[in-house]
Amino acid sequence: MSLFDSLFVALSALRTNLLRSVLTTLGIIIGVGSVIIMVAVGSGATSEIDKQIASLGSDMLVVYPGASRVRGRSAGAGTTLPLSERDLQAIRDKVPDVVAISGYLQGSAPVVYGNMNWTTSIGGIHDQYLTVRDWPLAEGRELTPQDVMSGARVAIIGQTVAEKLFGGGDPIGAGIRIKNVPFEVIGVLSSKGQSSFGRDQDDIIFLPITAARGRIVGRSQVVNDQVGQIYVKFDPRADLKVAQEDVEIVLRERRRIRPGAEDDFNVRNLAEFLKARTAALSTMSWLLGATSAISLIVGGIGIMNIMLVSVTERTREIGLRMAVGGRRRDILTQFLVEAVTLSLLGGIIGVAIGIGGAAIVAFSAEWPILINAQAVMVAMAAAGMTGILFGFFPARRAAMLNPIDALRSE
Amino acid sequence: MSEVATVARTAGSASPALIAAKGVSKIYTMGDQTVRALDDVSLEIGEGEFVAIMGPSGSGKSSMMNLIGALDVPTSGSLSIDGRDISKMSSDELAHLRNRTIGFVFQQFNLLPRTPALRQVMLPLLYASPKPGNAEELARKRLEQVGLASRMDHHPRQLSGGQQQRVAIARALVNNPKILLADEPTGALDTKTTAEIMQLFCDLNEEGITVIVVTHEPEVAEYAHRTIVFRDGRIVEDRQQSGYQRRAAE
Repeated sequence: MSLFDSLFVALSALRTNLLRSVLTTLGIIIGVGSVIIMVAVGSGATSEIDKQIASLGSDMLVVYPGASRVRGRSAGAGTTLPLSERDLQAIRDKVPDVVAISGYLQGSAPVVYGNMNWTTSIGGIHDQYLTVRDWPLAEGRELTPQDVMSGARVAIIGQTVAEKLFGGGDPIGAGIRIKNVPFEVIGVLSSKGQSSFGRDQDDIIFLPITAARGRIVGRSQVVNDQVGQIYVKFDPRADLKVAQEDVEIVLRERRRIRPGAEDDFNVRNLAEFLKARTAALSTMSWLLGATSAISLIVGGIGIMNIMLVSVTERTREIGLRMAVGGRRRDILTQFLVEAVTLSLLGGIIGVAIGIGGAAIVAFSAEWPILINAQAVMVAMAAAGMTGILFGFFPARRAAMLNPIDALRSE
Repeated sequence: MSEVATVARTAGSASPALIAAKGVSKIYTMGDQTVRALDDVSLEIGEGEFVAIMGPSGSGKSSMMNLIGALDVPTSGSLSIDGRDISKMSSDELAHLRNRTIGFVFQQFNLLPRTPALRQVMLPLLYASPKPGNAEELARKRLEQVGLASRMDHHPRQLSGGQQQRVAIARALVNNPKILLADEPTGALDTKTTAEIMQLFCDLNEEGITVIVVTHEPEVAEYAHRTIVFRDGRIVEDRQQSGYQRRAAE
C-alpha cells in the first residue's frame, strides 16, 4: 500500500473519532506550543542582549571606584578615593592597546530651553567618550580636546532630550540652561534605544567633564579632578583579560596600594556581565525545554494509549486487510502513519498556539520575541519522532496479529 | 445457465487441480493439550468447481477453509493452491497469494465502517503490487456486476444486509481471483436474500470462477455441484450433485 493511501486511511480514521483525536494530541499540542513560546521569548531576549553587548562595545572595560570595607562590610561604591584625571592619564600612558579613553561623571539635572524644561541624566565626558561607546552623532560636532581642556559650555544631547526640548526644531546652536548655567548645543546623538535594563539611553546630555564637574555634578571633597568612572576602549585584537590585569597593575601602582591589600577600584567587562545574564537566561530556557520534553513524552504516551485502543477496536478491520492481501509491513505502516499524522497534527496546532502565545507575551509584556523557523522545525520533528516512537509499539502489535484470530474477534 | 454449461462445469473437476491437499494435518496447541483439527486430509478441487464444505462445528471445516484461504499453513502434509505449495511460504508471500488468487466473503460482511461502497471494493487493489492505475474503474465494474451500480457512494449503514454482502462480493472479485471463498455467506441473511446471494454465486461460477462455500445449511450447500462433509478432522463424505436448487430457482 502506498504512503499516500496510508495517509488517506489514517486521516479518515482520525476524522471518524475527531474529538478523541484532538484530546489525544493535547499533550503534543501543549509540548510543542510551550517549546515555541519558550524559544520565541528566550531568543528574543538573547538577541536583545546581543544588541546591548554590541551597543556597549565588546572591547571595552569600565573602571569604577571601589567600595571601602568597614569591618568587613562593604560601604558601597564610591566610598573610597574617587578616580581622578591622574588615574585616567596613567591608564592611557602605561596600558598597551588603549584606543580611546574617557571619564564619565554622572549626574542629573533639570534642563531649560525657552519655556520648555526637562529633567535628564547628565554625563560629564572626555572628547573620546563617544568613540569608546561607538556612539555616532546624528548631527552637529563632537567634543574637541580643546572643549574639555577649557571647560567649554557646550552640550551634546540625546534624541529624547532633543525631542522634549525642541520638538521638531533644530537644536544645533541653541542655548540651553542646565542648573542655570548656559550651554550651547553642538551635537545630537543618534538613537540608541532602551538598555537591557529598560532605561532610555537617549534621555541624556553629555558635557565636557570639566564643565560638568562642580557646577553640574557635585565636586568631590577628596580630589578636585575626579572623573567618576573611566571607560577604556581597547584595540579589538587585544586580549581583554590581559588588558584588565594591566589596568589593575597600573592603578594599584598609581594609587599606591600595598601588596596584599584589596583594590580600591573595580575593573569590569560589561560585555562579560551581560553574557552571564544571557547564560542565566539560557539555563532558564533549558528548564522550560525540559518541561516541554516531559509534556511531549506524556503526549506520546497518550498517543500510544489511544493507538492501542484503536488497534483493539479495529482488530477485525486489521484481519480483513490481511485477508485481502495486506502484508504485515502494510499494517505496521498504516498504524505508524496514523500515529505520526496524529502527532504532527498536534504539532501544527501546537505551533499555531505557540506563535499566538508568543505574540500575546510580546504584546502584553512588551517583551521582544523572535520566532525562528529552526525552533518550529525542531518542535515539529520532536512531535513526529514522538509519533514514531510511541506509535511503533501499537503498530507492531497490529501487524503481528494472526489474521484468523483478528477476523474472528468481536 | 444452459444444460451444456452445467455439464461442462461438472466435467471441469477433472482438469488439473486448483487446490490440492495431500495428507494435510493441522494441530493446535492450547496450553499442554493439542487439538488435531485436521487429520491427514487429502482433497482436490479443480478449476471452475462449485464446492460446498459442510460439517458441524469443531469438524475441521473452518481449519480447512483457513488453509484454502492461505490464512494459515498446515502443520504437516502439503497444500498447493494454483500450483504453489503454501506450507513453505512466508507471510508476505501468503498475503500476495490471498491478494491475487483468493477473494473472501464473510458471514459478517466485514465492511469498513463509514466508507463508501466504491472504496470498500477498491481495498484489495490498494494492496496489489503494482497497484492498478484504473482501480476505481475496476471497482465500479464489479459493483455493476453485483447489481449495485446505483449504490457506489453508499456507506454500509445505508445498505441492507443483502446489499452489504454484494459489496463484499464485489470486493472479493475486484482483483480477478481464481477462487471465491465464502464463509457462511448467508448466515446473517434472510431466506429471500440468501437465495439471491446464492444465485449470484451460481452466476459467477458460470463465468468460470471457482466457488467454495463453507456452510452448515443444507439448502445453501444444494446450490453447489459438490459437497464435502467434514467430521472430527476428516472428510466423511465427498459427493457430486446436480445443483438442482439453482435450476429450481430459474
